[in-house]
Amino acid sequence: MEINPIILKFVYAAVVVGVVMGLCSYAVLAERKVCSWIQGRVGPNRTTLPLIGSIPVIGKFLTRLGIFQPVADGAKFLFKEDVTPAHVNKFYFIMAPVLSLVPALTTVVVVPFGRYVTEAGEIIPLVLADLDVGLLFLFAISSLGVYGVVLAGWSSNSKFSFLGGIRASAQMISYELAMGISVLPVLMWVNAPGTDGTLSLFDIGQAQEGLWFVMWMPLSFLIFLVCLFAETNRLPFDMAESETELVSGFHTEYSSFKFGLFFVGEYAHMIVGSCVITVLFLGGWNPAPFLTWDYLGFGDGILGAVLSVGTFMGKMCASLFLFIWVRWTLPRFRYDQVMRLGWQYLLPLSIANLIVYIFVIYFLDTTSF
Amino acid sequence: MTDLFFYIFSAVALISAFTVVFSRNTVNAAMALIVTFLSMASLFVLLEAYFLAVVQVLVYAGAVVVLFLFIVMLLDAKEDKQKKISRISTAAAVIGFAILVMGVVAIQSSPTLAEASGGELAASQMTLKTFGNQLFTTYLLPMQVTGFLLLIAMVGVIVISKKAKQPQS
Repeated sequence: MEINPIILKFVYAAVVVGVVMGLCSYAVLAERKVCSWIQGRVGPNRTTLPLIGSIPVIGKFLTRLGIFQPVADGAKFLFKEDVTPAHVNKFYFIMAPVLSLVPALTTVVVVPFGRYVTEAGEIIPLVLADLDVGLLFLFAISSLGVYGVVLAGWSSNSKFSFLGGIRASAQMISYELAMGISVLPVLMWVNAPGTDGTLSLFDIGQAQEGLWFVMWMPLSFLIFLVCLFAETNRLPFDMAESETELVSGFHTEYSSFKFGLFFVGEYAHMIVGSCVITVLFLGGWNPAPFLTWDYLGFGDGILGAVLSVGTFMGKMCASLFLFIWVRWTLPRFRYDQVMRLGWQYLLPLSIANLIVYIFVIYFLDTTSF
Repeated sequence: MTDLFFYIFSAVALISAFTVVFSRNTVNAAMALIVTFLSMASLFVLLEAYFLAVVQVLVYAGAVVVLFLFIVMLLDAKEDKQKKISRISTAAAVIGFAILVMGVVAIQSSPTLAEASGGELAASQMTLKTFGNQLFTTYLLPMQVTGFLLLIAMVGVIVISKKAKQPQS
C-alpha cells in the first residue's frame, strides 16, 4: 500500500507535536512536584480520575504522584473566563500568545531523537526534517520567539507588562550572541577537514560515539547552558516575569487560555532546549561515552531504534530536571547584573573559548597519531 | 506546486512591503517588515538556497526588527498625522521613482535576462562548505569591506550616543 509521502509527513508531525505537548503538561506537573519536594511540601496529590483512581494500591499511588493533575490543569485553562481588558490593543493582544508558542513547536522539526539502523546497515535519522542547516534553522526560528513576549508586553498597555516586554527583548538579543559563539567549537570539530560541511543536528549527535562534547568542551557547555536559561526566560533569568517587581511581567493582563498558551510555550521552549543540549553536548542517543548500542549488540532494527529514543528521552528529562532544580534553588539576578553577565563576561569568555579551541583543533587535526 | 508557492509568497512579500511603507502605525509597520523578511526567506527556500533563507530569518527577522520594535516601543511613537510634503521630498520621490522605472526598463530590455532566469542559479543547492569557501576565497575583499563598513557604523553609533566628557573646570 502506497501512502502519499506528504500525508505521511503530516502524520509524523502530528505525532511529534502531540508528544511534545504531552511532555509539556507533564513538565508542568514535574515542576510542581519537584518544587514542593524541595520546599518540604507534598504537592498536588488529590486529583483523580473515576475509574483508574479506584484501582486498589496502584490507583492510590498514581493519585498521590499527581499523575492526573495535568488533565485538571488543562481543563481549568480551557473553561476559565477569558478576560480581554478594554485598554489593550486587541489584535496584538491575541496574536502574542500564539507567536510565543508557534516558534517553539516549529523548532521541533529539526530536532533528532534517535536513529534506526536498517537490515542493510543503513542509518536512518529519526527526525522530521534532517536539514543541512539544522542548527542555524533552530537558532533562527527560536529567535522569533521573542516577539510573543515583546508584543504581549506592548499590547497590554500597562506599565508592568511593558517593562517585562522591554526587558525580554534586550535580554534575548544579548544572550543569543554568546550562545551562537559557544557552539562554534562543536561545529568545528564535527566539520573536520575532508568531510562534507554540515550543521545537521543528527550528524553532530552521531559524532559523539566516542567522547561526548561536554567532556572535552566543558566551558562551551557551561556558556551554552547559561545562555539557554536566559533565552527560555527561566529563573535566575526570568527578568520578563520577575513577579516580585513586575506583578507577573509581560503576561500580567492575560487570563484563561491565552495565559495557558504562554505557559505551554515556556515549557515547549524548555523541552526543545533540553533536546538541543542533549544532542550537542550530552551524546545524543549514545548510552555512555565510548559505548554505543551497536557495541552492546542492540543497535539494529526496531529494538535499537527504541533503545536510542529511550536513551535520548532519558537524557532530555534529566536536563529538564536541571531546569526545574535550578529554578527552585537560585535567587533571581538583578537586571543590571543580567546585562553585565551577558555582555562583559559570557561574550568575551565564549570568544576566548572559541580561539583556544581553534588552536586545539588545528593541532589535533594536523598531528597524526 | 512550486509555482503556486512562489505566487503566494511573492504576493505576501509585496503586500507586507507596501504595508511597511504606508502604515501610519509604527508597530504595524515593524510587524509587516517581519512578514516581508519571512516571505523573502520562503522565496530563498523555493530557490533551494537554504542557508540564505535561514540567515535571512536569523539576522533580519530575528535580530534587526527586534531592535526596531524596541526603539519604537521605547519612544512610544504615536500614529503620525498627515504632514505637508516639502518640495525637496517631492523632487526626491520623483527622481527616485524615475530611477526605479529606468532600472526596470533596463533589466527588461537586457538580452541576457531570458537565459539568466532560465538557467541554474548560482546559489541553488549550495552546501554550507561551498558558501564558506567562496566567501573566504573569491569574495574575500567584498566581505572584508562590508565588515569594515559595519565597524565604522558601530563606532559611529558609540561616538554619537556617548556624551563627550566635560573638561573639569
